[in-house]
Amino acid sequence: MNKLPTKAQCVVIGAGIVGNGMVYHLAKLGWKNIVQIDKGPLPNPGGSTGHASNFIFPVDHSKEMTAITAESMRQYKEWGTFTQTGGIEVARTPERMQELARRITSAKSWGIDGGQILNPAQVKELVPYIDESVILGGYYQPSVGVVDSLQTGSLMREKAIEMGAAESFANVEVLDITVVNGCVTGVVTDQGSIESNYVVIATGCWSPKLAAMAGAHIPLTPAVHQMKDIGPVPFFKDTKGDIEWPIVRDMDVFMYERQHGTGLEIGSYAHRPILYSPEDLPSNATAALSPTEFAFTQADFDIQDEHAFELMPSIVGDENVREKYAINGILSYTPDGMPILGETPEVKGLWSVAAVWIKEGPGTAKSVAQWMVLGDSEIDLHSSNIARFHEHQKSQFHIKARVDESFNKTYGIVHPSEQYASNRNVRLSPFYEVEKELGAVFYETAGWERPFWYESNKDLVTKFGEKVMPRTAEWESRWWSPIINAEHLQMRESAGIVDLSAFAIFDVTGPAALAVVQKAALRQMDVAIGRVVYTPILGPNGGFKSDLTIMRLDSNHFRVVTGGAHGMADKKWFSDLLPEDGSAQIFDLTSSFTTIGIWGPKAREIIQAITNTDMSKEAFKFSTCKIIEIGSLRVLASRISYVGDLGWEFYIPIEQGAKLWQMLWDSGKNHAMIPVGIGVYGTTGRLEKCYRAYGPELETEYTVVEAGMQSPKLKETDFIGKAAHVKHRSEKPITMLCTLFVDDHTSSTGEKRYMLGSEPILSADLQPIVDAHGRRSYVTSAGSAPSLGKHILMSYLPTELAVAGNRFIVEYLGEHYPCSVAEVGATPVFDASNDRILA
Amino acid sequence: MDVLVCLKRVPLAGGTLMLTPDSRDIETKHLGFGISPHEENAVEAGVQLVEQMGGTLTLLTLGPSDAEEQLRSQLAIGATRAVLIETDGQEWDPQGTAAALVDAINGEETKFDLIIFGAESADSAGYQIHIRVAHALNLPVITNVKSMKIENGVAHCERVVPNGREHYEAPLPAIVTVRDGLNIPRYPSVPGRMQARKKTVDMKKAETRIPKLEKVTLALAPSKDKGAQILGKGAEAVPALVDVLKQIGAIA
Amino acid sequence: MILVLVDHDRGEIDPLSLRALTAARKIDQSIEAVVIGSQAECLAGIVGQYGATTLHVATHAAITDYTPMASGRALKELVEKLKPAAVLAAGSPRGNEQLAHLAAFLDIPMAAECSEITLGSPHHVLRARWGGNLIESANVHAQLLVATIVSFSVEPESVSGAAAKVVAFEPALQPEDFVVKILQRDSGETSGGITLIDAKVIVSGGRGVGGPAGFGNLEELATLLGGAVGCSRVVTSSGWRPHAEQVGQTGTKVAPDLYIAAGISGAMQHIAGMKNSKTIVVINTDPEAPILRYADYAIIGDLHQVIPALTSAIRQAKG
Repeated sequence: MNKLPTKAQCVVIGAGIVGNGMVYHLAKLGWKNIVQIDKGPLPNPGGSTGHASNFIFPVDHSKEMTAITAESMRQYKEWGTFTQTGGIEVARTPERMQELARRITSAKSWGIDGGQILNPAQVKELVPYIDESVILGGYYQPSVGVVDSLQTGSLMREKAIEMGAAESFANVEVLDITVVNGCVTGVVTDQGSIESNYVVIATGCWSPKLAAMAGAHIPLTPAVHQMKDIGPVPFFKDTKGDIEWPIVRDMDVFMYERQHGTGLEIGSYAHRPILYSPEDLPSNATAALSPTEFAFTQADFDIQDEHAFELMPSIVGDENVREKYAINGILSYTPDGMPILGETPEVKGLWSVAAVWIKEGPGTAKSVAQWMVLGDSEIDLHSSNIARFHEHQKSQFHIKARVDESFNKTYGIVHPSEQYASNRNVRLSPFYEVEKELGAVFYETAGWERPFWYESNKDLVTKFGEKVMPRTAEWESRWWSPIINAEHLQMRESAGIVDLSAFAIFDVTGPAALAVVQKAALRQMDVAIGRVVYTPILGPNGGFKSDLTIMRLDSNHFRVVTGGAHGMADKKWFSDLLPEDGSAQIFDLTSSFTTIGIWGPKAREIIQAITNTDMSKEAFKFSTCKIIEIGSLRVLASRISYVGDLGWEFYIPIEQGAKLWQMLWDSGKNHAMIPVGIGVYGTTGRLEKCYRAYGPELETEYTVVEAGMQSPKLKETDFIGKAAHVKHRSEKPITMLCTLFVDDHTSSTGEKRYMLGSEPILSADLQPIVDAHGRRSYVTSAGSAPSLGKHILMSYLPTELAVAGNRFIVEYLGEHYPCSVAEVGATPVFDASNDRILA
Repeated sequence: MDVLVCLKRVPLAGGTLMLTPDSRDIETKHLGFGISPHEENAVEAGVQLVEQMGGTLTLLTLGPSDAEEQLRSQLAIGATRAVLIETDGQEWDPQGTAAALVDAINGEETKFDLIIFGAESADSAGYQIHIRVAHALNLPVITNVKSMKIENGVAHCERVVPNGREHYEAPLPAIVTVRDGLNIPRYPSVPGRMQARKKTVDMKKAETRIPKLEKVTLALAPSKDKGAQILGKGAEAVPALVDVLKQIGAIA
Repeated sequence: MILVLVDHDRGEIDPLSLRALTAARKIDQSIEAVVIGSQAECLAGIVGQYGATTLHVATHAAITDYTPMASGRALKELVEKLKPAAVLAAGSPRGNEQLAHLAAFLDIPMAAECSEITLGSPHHVLRARWGGNLIESANVHAQLLVATIVSFSVEPESVSGAAAKVVAFEPALQPEDFVVKILQRDSGETSGGITLIDAKVIVSGGRGVGGPAGFGNLEELATLLGGAVGCSRVVTSSGWRPHAEQVGQTGTKVAPDLYIAAGISGAMQHIAGMKNSKTIVVINTDPEAPILRYADYAIIGDLHQVIPALTSAIRQAKG
């Protein structure tokens, strides 16, 4: 065997499906001198790839996850390691039947076709060994299949070696990852050191251990997934090859069954969460089977035996069909269920490709390789970005608590607004107690508890009556209240006070501060002191990386304000732009300042009553900020609006927040001001104004022009993504972001139904709408527009179809509802001339 | 016919053992547990006898309460009921173990026609408990059995010795220890698992005794890693191997 | 004085007993031997050669063959008369069984499979566990130490001693000592006429052989080398080969001059049965297979190609 090199362009640690994929894709993108190491033997080093069940259901409510899975399937097919079998998710309950309809809907939105709902007899026809009397129906997805992940990994690794770009070394254990000045410099192994400025951690459930060597965090936990293989099954005795029969997911009991040769493999996500620490995993030598295959604990599977028996009695109930093999297999789970990808915020050059399952492996590897080599990936990975984690989310307590809570949701019915119950009340605003007294219903973002609506506003529901657009159907009433719409209407009438403590705030200062923000921002940042600029942040390919607000507080002092959820990723984005000479710095002030917003026609009167600063239209212009005095408090007031009404955001040191709230509250009493929750701020207020949000509307795959956000004049100063943006400006957009109204909400049972987002927009003949780049039209955001009495859908539509008045169909839970284009581009459907904001 | 099989919960180890920090036990935090291989044959033999001749199959073990897991697994392949003599989790010496088993057997209502042990436990291999139990119960004992037939109240047994087979017989009641190869043990089925959950496991306590064979510490046997000389890949390496065989005198 | 039970099969000494004698001599210069059964007087010469001054011969009309319980009772009687410091025997199935009967009669502890013994109060032993993968350090609390010597822990060493003095005695035995006895023997379960335990060369196959048909090549090679075929546990539990050929903790423990392991990855229980072989050659496709750690030589490759090539090369070499 060759000797371990002492230098490499890149060291890839791990030789599972992910590590092998990374080696191959980095080589394909032109990198040379890649050194792959694994502490286990090849081809199966003993990680989770080695015991995976290897089937792929290309369906997920997450667009990002579906895109990665689809790309992975494409690659598996290319390597010839994919066997299409079809798959059926069966339902035992009416709730699950509705969920299956929702899954088909999501699949259609993300470009996965062919799904159909089957009745029990049809399911039985495809899977004769099912007892159809225990199910209500199923969702058949013909494109489901099984892959050989070990073989695929070997093929990718060997190809990279054959290209002369990589070397691979088994049985090499990493002892340390060296870091100098926050940059990775190499790895120390039991067989020598390798210098490298890039180190990729692709070590699955061991990732936290390796990251810790460099002082970085990969917050995941190894968790057990139980599998049992029984056989030989007489019914399968003539099957040829690995798999012929469709894979069955018994969704309500969180289990799956797949034929495997003459055996039946039964897997479960129903058992109690069994979590390990990466330190607890044995070595290859000491493990009985492999480091990620623990002894099966039958007691945890007793109920699952019964469930499998119910569904497939002719096989599972056969006394002569016996357990051949059973394991507690280790998988990686993260606190929010998404992978952990990208350069660690702690260490430059140290990349994580962790918590990636078989169905995502090759696609993720390709995307992360693009990110490393080209600076961005084709598929938007923002939900998986390792930089997303806030400090408390990296703690063992948080990881364990959230995985403990979410493990059994692997096959669960998870509402898009569903909140975690564990590890709450981590970050509390200074107004938390006051809000609680007002009956705030708290939702969590980035650890912050934010009022989503206030029960104290309940009477307003009566006041506004039918205008609150009451919902009767359970699904869209879940995690929702008509009070949200009532708060919205009251704010439009008088004013509302909003707790915005969850904002992430960081200041960029120093002689090079302007250069840093100019580099990041699409919009002109060389503005007068006191200007507030809302700007998209673009990636190198001209897609969106964020949208946020920057205040110029001084010539060398900018304050960046962004959403809490995405705040840490934004902070890393700006930090990466800081010059090496230290001429600009970033200070995270999230925990120094709290923010209160007041909007509504009465906002000016409320504030003017308690300050001597002239708050008039002329003296305090829109898009400006200044320090004002309210009582003894000096408050940074910023006149912008995300809800479409006159008003200000107030930034105040956190310890003075309660005092400021009290003064604003007291003054507001005279003007029927109410507390308003994030339900208004994030959805209803925003949607009426057609404001785009990062994530739903703004993401890597869409351009500024397509989002209708290009400014008349192009900034001269260079910024990231400029070349791409210039190109986009010169072309006719092939798709346009539109605002649609639902024209008829009535379902087949006569109930009014309200979409929640992610639904496909279809043509009149119910065909998916696809643009010239193959992008489907789907609902990016949905919600009430109470001022208009409409339910709004935002969707990109191919330019030729993006015409006001054009009629379409939106599919929701298996039914079809007419909708039509209200506005093309960013023109608001409420107060189009912005008179209210500019009042 | 009423059969009793005695079992021991043992860790299922991988290629290399690890010890606990105090070197008194095997580190089992990564390991699952099972029963010794020969005991799987013992249970299978018991199940087959009861299938053929009727009667009951009782399982008996001495160990921690977690040993219920092993008992349930064996109940799942067809045993009738089980008795667990609960210890504090410490390993008991052979005399103490045998005495506790004898007490438990004497305490049973059933008078067993046949008591089966595995030839040796995977972890400790003291080669004596069955004999001590036989002495205490005044029963004949045949060891290392690889073939067994019960006919007319007599156990006909064969044991394999280096140069052939020896045939023994003993009138029942008797004790027999069996070896791997006696039969092919079956694995549980799902219905078997489901039935096993409903079967009785009687928990008993036994007095701890001062061990006469007192374990002090354990150590790993010296590694035999010879650093194998790789002669080459595939058939190309055959000439090199032929040279080695000549050197060591395997080929004249 | 240490008393050593010398086991024999109708007058033919068990070679492992010579190791027990050698081990005893390392503990105490004064050793005496005991054999059970009347056909054993002829062993006086050889036990003398291995250091025993006296050979006690238990004779009884009912002892015509191996009767372990009778052995136990005879030993008890002799021990009570001679009062040795220890009774040792080979750690063979028979040695362990007979001494276990002795220990049960006396209700004292027995330490099986010892590799080292220090007499004292308490006695101290090192004994093999987990098929020899673990060494237990143990105290034995009894005046008389009853212990067996683990196979292969000691090489037999002779001293030029005179034949031992034969002292016959007739133990007082009970009818129950003869309830279990050998009724009949037959030979069989051997491979090509050579038993595994006697074979100087063993060609052993594992999962990698792929099925019963694949063993043809191994048989051919074994015959050519004058050896026997062995296999791993997975092979016998899959029904590819008879159990008699299984090498390992649950099969036969072997120590041939040459052990060729083909397609065997090396589970602990297999290693336990073959690691004492003099030369170990591994043929395996996986260069990381655990068995390589025990090998002297290895070929990385497919046994289905290597074994036939080896067979024809050996044929050529032999001319």
